[in-house]
Amino acid sequence: MPIHDQSYRRYGGQRSSLGQSWMVIARAGIMNMLRKRAFMGLLLFAWLPFVVRAVQIYVASNYPQTATFLAPDAKMFRDFLEQQDFFIFVMTIYVGAGLIANDRRANALQIYLSKPLLRSEYIAGKAAVLFTFLMLVTWLPAILLLFLQVMFKGSFEFLRANLFLFPAITIGALLQALLATFTMLALSSLSKSSRYVGILYAGVVFFTAAIYGAMYAITGSTSLSWLSLGSNLAQVVDVIFRQTPRYTTPWQVSLIVVLGLIALSISVLERRVRGVEIVT
Amino acid sequence: MAETPAGSTPAQTGPVVHLDAVTVIYGKNQALKDVSARFARGAVGLLGPNGAGKSTMLKALLGFVKPSKGRMTVLGLDVATSPLQIRSRIGYMPESDAHIPGMNAVSFVAYCGQLAGLPPVDSMQRAHEVLQYVGLGEARYRNIETYSTGMKQRIKLAQALVHDPDLLFLDEPTNGMDPKGRDEMLELIRDLGHNKNVNLILSSHLLPDVEFTCDHVIVMDKGQVVAQGPIEELKGPAGRVFELRIKGNLPAFIEVLREHGMECHSTDQDVMRVFVPAGRDQREIFTLAAAQQAQIRHLRPSIPTLEDVFAKAIGED
Repeated sequence: MPIHDQSYRRYGGQRSSLGQSWMVIARAGIMNMLRKRAFMGLLLFAWLPFVVRAVQIYVASNYPQTATFLAPDAKMFRDFLEQQDFFIFVMTIYVGAGLIANDRRANALQIYLSKPLLRSEYIAGKAAVLFTFLMLVTWLPAILLLFLQVMFKGSFEFLRANLFLFPAITIGALLQALLATFTMLALSSLSKSSRYVGILYAGVVFFTAAIYGAMYAITGSTSLSWLSLGSNLAQVVDVIFRQTPRYTTPWQVSLIVVLGLIALSISVLERRVRGVEIVT
Repeated sequence: MAETPAGSTPAQTGPVVHLDAVTVIYGKNQALKDVSARFARGAVGLLGPNGAGKSTMLKALLGFVKPSKGRMTVLGLDVATSPLQIRSRIGYMPESDAHIPGMNAVSFVAYCGQLAGLPPVDSMQRAHEVLQYVGLGEARYRNIETYSTGMKQRIKLAQALVHDPDLLFLDEPTNGMDPKGRDEMLELIRDLGHNKNVNLILSSHLLPDVEFTCDHVIVMDKGQVVAQGPIEELKGPAGRVFELRIKGNLPAFIEVLREHGMECHSTDQDVMRVFVPAGRDQREIFTLAAAQQAQIRHLRPSIPTLEDVFAKAIGED
């Protein structure tokens, strides 16, 4: 009789309740990215603007003579989020391009969906991976800057005068992250090649900007800014931060375009994330 | 991790899967046509040629495709209303290569265990055990993308087993395996079905695979169930099938045998298998051959095989 039976054994332990699998997917995806050195480098690099802004706040708080041109205001926080657009773009491609495309290449969807999880849970898990990292380079540093301002100044005066900044940073960063996350996931579900998806995403961002640029050059008006993915977001975030909108397009139109794109992406995901691909 | 010894599962009766007039349509093609079937407990083979609708049936049971008509239950739960509860109790080994990219075997299987609701520590422990069981113990830290076809088949079985399902769906589990690997895989499946109290449905177009591993069979052809029941029962009593070789007009002789109620189909150029119905004497074959001026060169009682059942069910010559 063997000392330890290495044969198949039945399992009598506990099982978690249904509806938690998206967290397993999210955790695995996040850990997988954090294991990559190149990604960690990118993440650190994405925090450089935070360091620069932190120094700016420190100097403005401790050297009153610089306060006239370095003092933080709502515009500074809005500009910070806009600076992070570049890192959002790079990170979206780096993290997001393969999220679903790689699963489609390896036929992993039928493995996932044969487990007790809904398609929406799978999408939520994948979205959480990219969304987390995007919030990590937008919302978190912006909120920390707000915190540093209070710390360096030693008073809540600025915060009291700009109470809207906390929700503005949160909503602004949310919009940036959600638009990038869902657009990228939808594109990722369309292909089995992450490289192709990355090119496609860059194409969408640059092509829409180029179209708007061309229209602006022809008409001399910014009323067609809704054609550009980035311009719509910039227009809405300007309004959220109580800044003068930079384009003549009504911000409501830009918001509708942004929300419409998110809805369209969810609709694409609903159609593409299936356990079986039916070709008729 | 608590252990339940094999055999301690309370005896349960009734089918594990029940399909009632199920129709699945892909565009204009009816992949399943009004299929009614009952999968008994234990190991059941789902047999049929390519395109018969076997994989479609499994995918419908998993909830991947929605039938346009009919009702399905798995382990007593309705597929339409309780898909998650069902999927937490079944394991699915897909036909095509499938894995989660960038993972080694043990991480992949443990991840699948967590997706199925096992706690991380338990799923990791189960992953090691299951990989050992399917014969990948030595290769469990290798990236799956470096695996051979046979190893990929084993890893698919491991991910289907990690959460200890009550019912296993195995879709063509020996595809692409070499003879030795195929035998080992069949041994594993047989062991699961017969010694480990795991109910399983083995979808295959390979008769020997089903015959070796299963007790019951459901034969499908062109989207319909054409035969179902215990294999031994379907094969009928031994000694009623004869292997026959004649010299003479073979097509005419086959025609005469059929006219006299004896089913037959050719297995080789001049060899045929003849089913003699119960209550009839095999000496009739000689009488009919003499009347047709055909010489019987060889007559041997044959052990009925699943091939006979299959050929009879789908009406092949």
